[in-house]
Amino acid sequence: MLTVVVFLPLLACAVLLPVRRRLHDRAYSWAWIATSAADLALVIVLWAGLDAGGGLQYEQRARWIPGAGVSYHVGVDGLSLPLVALTCLLFLAVAVYSLRERRRIRSYVCLFLFLQTVCLGLFVALDLILFFVFFDLSIVGMFFVIAGWGHGEQGRAAALKFFLYTFIGSLALLLGFIGLYLAAFPHTFDMVELARADPLAGRGTYAALVLLAIGAGLAVKTPTVPFHTWLPPAHTDAPAAGSAILAGVLLKMGTYGFVRIAMPLLPAGWRAHALVFIVVGVVSVVYGALVALAQTNFKRMIAYTSVNHMGYVILAVGAAGVLAGTDVQARSLAVTGAVTQMVSHGLLTGALFLLTGALHDRGGTYEMDAYSGLASPTPKLAAATAVAAFASLGIPGFSGFVAEFQVFTGSLASQAVATAIALTGIVITAALFLRALRRMFLGPVRLPPAVGGEFRDLAATESFSIVPLLGLSLLIGIAPRFLLDVIEPAGRTLVELVAR
Amino acid sequence: MNENLTALVPEIALLAAAVIGLLAGSWLPRRRQWIIAALAAAACVTGMIATAFTMAEGREQTVFSDAFAVDTATDAGRLTVLGALLLVGAMSVERMRHHRREAEYYVLLLLTGAGTLAMIGANDLLMLFAGYLLAGVPAYALAGFAKDAAGTEAALKYYLMGALLGTVMLAGIATTYGAGHATLYGELRTALPSAAYGLVATGLVALLAGVLFKIGGVPAHFWVPDVTDGAMAPVAAYVTTLPKIGGLIAAYRLLHQALPTSEVNWPLLLAVLAALSMTLGNLAAFFQTSVKRLLAYSTISQVGYLLMAVAVATRSDLAQRGLLFYLAAYALTNLGAFAVVTELPDARTLDDYRGLARHRPGLAAVLVICLLGLVGTPPTGVFLGKLQVFSAAIDGGYTWLAALAVTNTVASLFYYLRWLAPVFWSTAGDTPADAAGRWSAAVAYVAGAGSLALGIAGGAALPLTTGPLLP
Repeated sequence: MLTVVVFLPLLACAVLLPVRRRLHDRAYSWAWIATSAADLALVIVLWAGLDAGGGLQYEQRARWIPGAGVSYHVGVDGLSLPLVALTCLLFLAVAVYSLRERRRIRSYVCLFLFLQTVCLGLFVALDLILFFVFFDLSIVGMFFVIAGWGHGEQGRAAALKFFLYTFIGSLALLLGFIGLYLAAFPHTFDMVELARADPLAGRGTYAALVLLAIGAGLAVKTPTVPFHTWLPPAHTDAPAAGSAILAGVLLKMGTYGFVRIAMPLLPAGWRAHALVFIVVGVVSVVYGALVALAQTNFKRMIAYTSVNHMGYVILAVGAAGVLAGTDVQARSLAVTGAVTQMVSHGLLTGALFLLTGALHDRGGTYEMDAYSGLASPTPKLAAATAVAAFASLGIPGFSGFVAEFQVFTGSLASQAVATAIALTGIVITAALFLRALRRMFLGPVRLPPAVGGEFRDLAATESFSIVPLLGLSLLIGIAPRFLLDVIEPAGRTLVELVAR
Repeated sequence: MNENLTALVPEIALLAAAVIGLLAGSWLPRRRQWIIAALAAAACVTGMIATAFTMAEGREQTVFSDAFAVDTATDAGRLTVLGALLLVGAMSVERMRHHRREAEYYVLLLLTGAGTLAMIGANDLLMLFAGYLLAGVPAYALAGFAKDAAGTEAALKYYLMGALLGTVMLAGIATTYGAGHATLYGELRTALPSAAYGLVATGLVALLAGVLFKIGGVPAHFWVPDVTDGAMAPVAAYVTTLPKIGGLIAAYRLLHQALPTSEVNWPLLLAVLAALSMTLGNLAAFFQTSVKRLLAYSTISQVGYLLMAVAVATRSDLAQRGLLFYLAAYALTNLGAFAVVTELPDARTLDDYRGLARHRPGLAAVLVICLLGLVGTPPTGVFLGKLQVFSAAIDGGYTWLAALAVTNTVASLFYYLRWLAPVFWSTAGDTPADAAGRWSAAVAYVAGAGSLALGIAGGAALPLTTGPLLP
């Protein structure tokens, strides 16, 4: 079942490729939407059948390269299923949004279908090498999206930077995986077996080096300060759909790696060095927010708020590794908050990036100074952006609040100072979003000189892709139980694994 | 004494086909010379089938007073060499059809292939040197086969380096014989630990000189870029692939079988050589504009990664598996890249590949698979090979080498992407490059698909590479 979910998009791509010359461009886009919708439906079935307290489910294991200790092992639990669902939803939203795309639509659709398989595969992988394969392929896929459909020559440079940077990270990750593999007897890359055996228990320096390699690799992808410098150019020069996937799904690969690999497989190392992650998280929160405040480019600003939001996740997972002065409940609250934050950030930033894409389609620029008073010609665009911005800064009633509330409550017990500093991040994000909204949507109407004549409001395809994301965020904000019931048991299991 | 000739079917098939091809080629009219090419292909296929039989029935043995070992390493090496030879032959078809010396070309290819096979199985220093010569001399002729200025220079350089380092190797054999009073690896293993340190060390270094020349590793790598650039593209594919397979397996066998307990710290020597090869190869590749030179330097750096496995030959159980698998994956991937180069004879610089993705999407896809494969991106075969080799290096206590290799892998990404970038960024003015023909395109597709399949279905191939070496 999981294999079907993962490879369905790739299968669709394989079916679509041979008939490339005969189909109309539109047919391609609709085939993509149908595939994504079918995949999402399958995931909803999986969700309905999930026993939240039952650990890993829908497991499938097949021999792949037994000689090297590699197997095809997939499964989901409360940590990964929300991200799988988020991936399917975001890809569907992007598919709807991309009905407006005109450039080389065939390769575009195939590339995104390929990316969807890769992203889903990563979140269900229970083998380190399988994880790594998908991790690397996501970089390759996104490279071509940015290079092929980004903004001209600059886009290519950004794509190259993105590729080199994250590829270095992935290789550090590989070294860490090899370290884990060699420490276990018999040698294996299987995450479940490694978590059970805990091969690095009591091996101080070796475990620290492995954690350093894995932590650095994941930190690049997340990204956290100081490894975040690839992110702003990649986002600024990527097409809107690419940005939404990059921020909504690909960044989660880093944070998901922390809860799936670094914490359960290296519990002793994680506890010993949790403070490092807490500090990195807090610095990312504050630094990301401050730099975002200084931006004049709307898309770049949102890119930096991603650094800020991912900082909360790192803070929470770090706090979950500190045993002193806290109890299981607080720590599992922190982990639950971290996973909720991943989902929430995916929804909201995905929506925000699609909105900036809509803005760029009309005005031809992301510069905030070029726009003013957009609320009167484009009320829908203004309303959607305002809702997304408020939700993103953590206003109660939306998913961001649920997530950040849990993160702070869970971290406060042991890390009062760090949490207090991180709280300032919320204040700064609130300031920068409000300022951006005021500059662009209120005041006298002023449009970029490139716009000739009318400045259209959101079209149907844009509304249909963006509004459901915001709606779901609202639903999680008001009635979060359906999500938390799935995450909480898995979070508790993870906390127990870390504490052993 | 075991004189079982059936154990040597692959070698004999190549040699017999070479002799028959030479004789028949003198009489066949030019339009029928393709028969020799078919004969060569048949010889390769025969050899592969015979190897498969040996593997399936477990008929590992040593023959002719243990001078030649037919074991796991030989079998895996034979399959790789014969498969690669088949691909090289196929990608030469267009270039060689109706050529005045078509038959000679395939005969030379068969002879040097036989020499490579001899190196792979050599279990005796003299056998090793015989293989060195048989693999080398026809290759010098192949390098200058086009009889143009660049080819002649390439052949001369190749020959001079080969002759010089071959002599050094011969001196190494003499020194080792003086130290251990034997040339058989099995006997050397017992004799060398009690021999004088200086003699053994000198002999080993001299022996390695010849091997390094064969595989194109630093510091014997100077011929690689000139020969690759000067020779015809299929020949360039040959010299950057097959001799490496022969030389590396020969080195592995020599170190693993003859010097496992020697006092000479050869693992460190090999590790340093590996580090130098991968680093210098990469640095030199950075700003190349000619695709063949870029590939040439990339093969030097690949040799560095492969040497890592040789360095930990006796220190990690993963070394043999890593080496043999990496060699097979490397051969397929490198040949795939060269097949694309052969298919587009007029595209000599990186800029000439501009817009390839639009005109020839299939070839562009092969190029992406092969170049990203050479970097070690999953799920290609080289990724799995690298994984094994890096694991072996860490397992054998050379973590610094593995870290350096990872750094180099990242650095290598730069020049491979320099090539891939123009492929996808077409401008209005570019025109499709002339294609050589169907054969080299087919080789490109086969090699690209094979490189990918070897990574995905690596589980089926890996067991073929595990098994003891015969003394």
